[in-house]
Amino acid sequence: MKRVFLLLPLLVLMALGVLFFRGLSLDDTVPSALIAKPFPVFSLPSLEEPGTTLTEGILKGQVSLVNVWGSWCPTCYAEHPYLLELAEQGVVIFGMNYKDEGDKAIAWLNKLGDPYRTNFVDADGRLGIDLGVRGAPETFLVDADGVIRYKHEGEVNARVWNDIFEPILAQLNQEREGKK
Amino acid sequence: MRKQASQLVVLVMSLLFSVMVLAAIDTFTFTDQDTQDRFKVLTEELRCPKCDGQSIAGSNAPIANDLRSIVYQKLESGESDQQIVDFMVDRYGEFVLYRPKTTGKTQWLWYGPIAFGVIGVLVLGTIVLRSRSRDGYDEDLDEEHQSKLDVVRQMLDEKDSTGRAE
Repeated sequence: MKRVFLLLPLLVLMALGVLFFRGLSLDDTVPSALIAKPFPVFSLPSLEEPGTTLTEGILKGQVSLVNVWGSWCPTCYAEHPYLLELAEQGVVIFGMNYKDEGDKAIAWLNKLGDPYRTNFVDADGRLGIDLGVRGAPETFLVDADGVIRYKHEGEVNARVWNDIFEPILAQLNQEREGKK
Repeated sequence: MRKQASQLVVLVMSLLFSVMVLAAIDTFTFTDQDTQDRFKVLTEELRCPKCDGQSIAGSNAPIANDLRSIVYQKLESGESDQQIVDFMVDRYGEFVLYRPKTTGKTQWLWYGPIAFGVIGVLVLGTIVLRSRSRDGYDEDLDEEHQSKLDVVRQMLDEKDSTGRAE
C-alpha cells in the first residue's frame, strides 16, 4: 500500500503537465462582461449621413449583429466577404465604424460592398470602451430587446457562425416561441 | 550688461514656456499631488485589456492610452478609486484587475499557494521528525519484515566484523 504513495508525486506531476499543456492551446479571448446586459446607450452620427444621429434604439425590434470594424483593420478585410454572405441570407448587421476616418470607411464600403443596414461612427472609441472592445473586429449578437447575448472577438467565418452563433440564435428563437 | 540680462531672461522664459507646452501634450496635468499619486497607483493596477501582462500605465497600445485618459478625466471630475475600478470591471470584466477581488473562484488564486505551502511544510516536517525518531527500527514494519530486517542487519554485522579481522 505504501508503494502507491511513492507514485503520488509522479501522478501529480503528470496531472500538472496535462493541465499546462491544455493551457497552451486555450483560447486567449476574454468573455465579455456585457453579456445579458443592454447595449450601452449611445448617440452617434451615421456614417452614411453624417448629419443624422443614431441611438441604441435602432437595435430594438429584431435580432441583429453589431460588427465593430475599421478600414485600418486587416482582419475586418478578411471577414468582410462572409459578412456580405450573411447579409444576403437576411441577417441584420449594424456596423460600428471604430476609430476610423469617414471618407476611408465610405470608400471601403463602395469598393468591397456594404453588408450593413447602417453604420454608426465611434471615431474616438468612447462607445468602444463602454462595450469593452479590445480591438477590431468584434461582433456582438444583440437580441430583439436590445440585450447583448454574445460577443465574438476576431474574425466571423463559416465555422464560427455554425459552431457559436447558430446555437445561440436557435436558443433565441426558442425563447421567442416560449413567449408566444 | 542690462541688455545681456534681459536677453537671458527672454531665453530662460522661452525655455520654460517650451517645457510647459510639451508637458501639456505629453502628460496629464493634475490639480494636486494626491490625484497624481492615485493616478499612478490606479493605472498600474489596471491591466491593459489588449496586452496580457502589461498594466495600462506600462502599455502604449491605443486602448491603454484611451483608458489612461479616462482614468485621468474621472479622477479630475472627483470620482473615487472604487468608482473607477468598477467602471472598468463593468466593461472589461475582472480581467482588468491585477489584484482580483477575493470572491468565489479567485479564492483559489489567493489562498491556493498558501495552502500548498502549508501542506509542503507539514509533509517535510513529518518526514524529518519521523526519520529522527526512528532509532534503527522502522515502527511501521510488521513483524515478518522486521525479523527479515534483523537477519539482514545481523549478516551485515558479521561480514563487517570478519572484514575487520582480515
